[in-house]
Amino acid sequence: MTPQGDSPTTRKIVLDGLWHNNPIFRQILGICSTLAVTNLVLNTVVMCTSLTLVTALSCLTVSLLRHWTPRNIRMMVQTLIIAFYVIIVDLFLKAYWPEMSRNLGPFVGLIITNCIIMGRCEGFAGSNKPIPSLIDGFFNGLGYSFILLGIACSRELLGMGTVLGFSIPWFTEHWDKWVIMVMPPGAFFTLAVMIWICRSIKPKEEKA
Amino acid sequence: MSINQELWTALVVCFSAVFTQNILLTTFLGMCPFTSVSREVKTAIGLGAAVVFVMTCTTILNWMAYHWILAPLGLEFYRFILFIIIIAAFVQFVEMVIDRYSPKLYQNLGIFLPLITVNCAILGASLFMVIRDYTLIVTVGWGFGAGLGWLLAILAMAGIRQKLNPARIPAGLQGPGITLIIAGLMALAFIGFTGVLG
Repeated sequence: MTPQGDSPTTRKIVLDGLWHNNPIFRQILGICSTLAVTNLVLNTVVMCTSLTLVTALSCLTVSLLRHWTPRNIRMMVQTLIIAFYVIIVDLFLKAYWPEMSRNLGPFVGLIITNCIIMGRCEGFAGSNKPIPSLIDGFFNGLGYSFILLGIACSRELLGMGTVLGFSIPWFTEHWDKWVIMVMPPGAFFTLAVMIWICRSIKPKEEKA
Repeated sequence: MSINQELWTALVVCFSAVFTQNILLTTFLGMCPFTSVSREVKTAIGLGAAVVFVMTCTTILNWMAYHWILAPLGLEFYRFILFIIIIAAFVQFVEMVIDRYSPKLYQNLGIFLPLITVNCAILGASLFMVIRDYTLIVTVGWGFGAGLGWLLAILAMAGIRQKLNPARIPAGLQGPGITLIIAGLMALAFIGFTGVLG
């Protein structure tokens, strides 16, 4: 489908999702469900993949159903669509990767209340065509994932001297494990520094 | 387990939910309202009180729904949908009741109620309750404690941020950035409670 008229171009959607309107450091949305698992890179990869898939597919579905959804119950419909995809992800992980499912605990379920998905469904997919919505959801998910992966990599590296479980040469010999980085306060500090860096690169007036 | 033991467990769970395993500072649930509504003490108290109330009630309701309806039918995987619906319906119901019987309370608390439906902490509390296999009595302690812990965290944050108003903060760090750093320091302080009461 070619973008025409008032619908934004694909290029703009992609750039908005990845950078200009990045869910995390522009909108500070949806960190709840994922920040807790950023102490290990592997957990974060699984969480971010699930989240990106759920966002993209929910946006597609919401957009496909937008003409048949009564306006006043649309929030409930969107929540149910999101919950539907989250259940699929949850069952899939339980069946094929029970270990990971145990590690992530309740956080897979919490994707449902992740504000980003709701925000994209409400803000974009509800009033746009299916294909742009799918792209929008996907790239917002990616924009979210790359920040969280950055956080996860630095936390695991500084806290345990490993990335994805592989030990990094210099860090195992000359680095004292900075345990606080893999504990909850480390996540707050790393995210704050991430936001600081990203906002300094591209400053913009915003109230949060 | 005797009733006395269970009450004691509930108390311990409640205490640890407030301090050592604070739902906001250790599992990051409810961050969105935490960063956006924590600018004034008054609104923070309003939202916090609403969270305590809704969290206590919905964890109990969800416990009943899960153990008495879903588990016997073997439909545990429907819990996400059921929990969300129960939470949304409960919040709507409370909103109507408060609106009808106490307009004053509605003015103070009412505006926060719709916000709560999408608060991750509420759903998170219910999911933790299922995963940790709490009994009904322990669930009461857990729901109340988790809510109280959230209230405590947002209240402290609002107090600190009010004092912070005249401070000069680097441009990129203003707003959410500094909030997160303060939250990190608070989390560090709360780690100090580890080991108290088992």
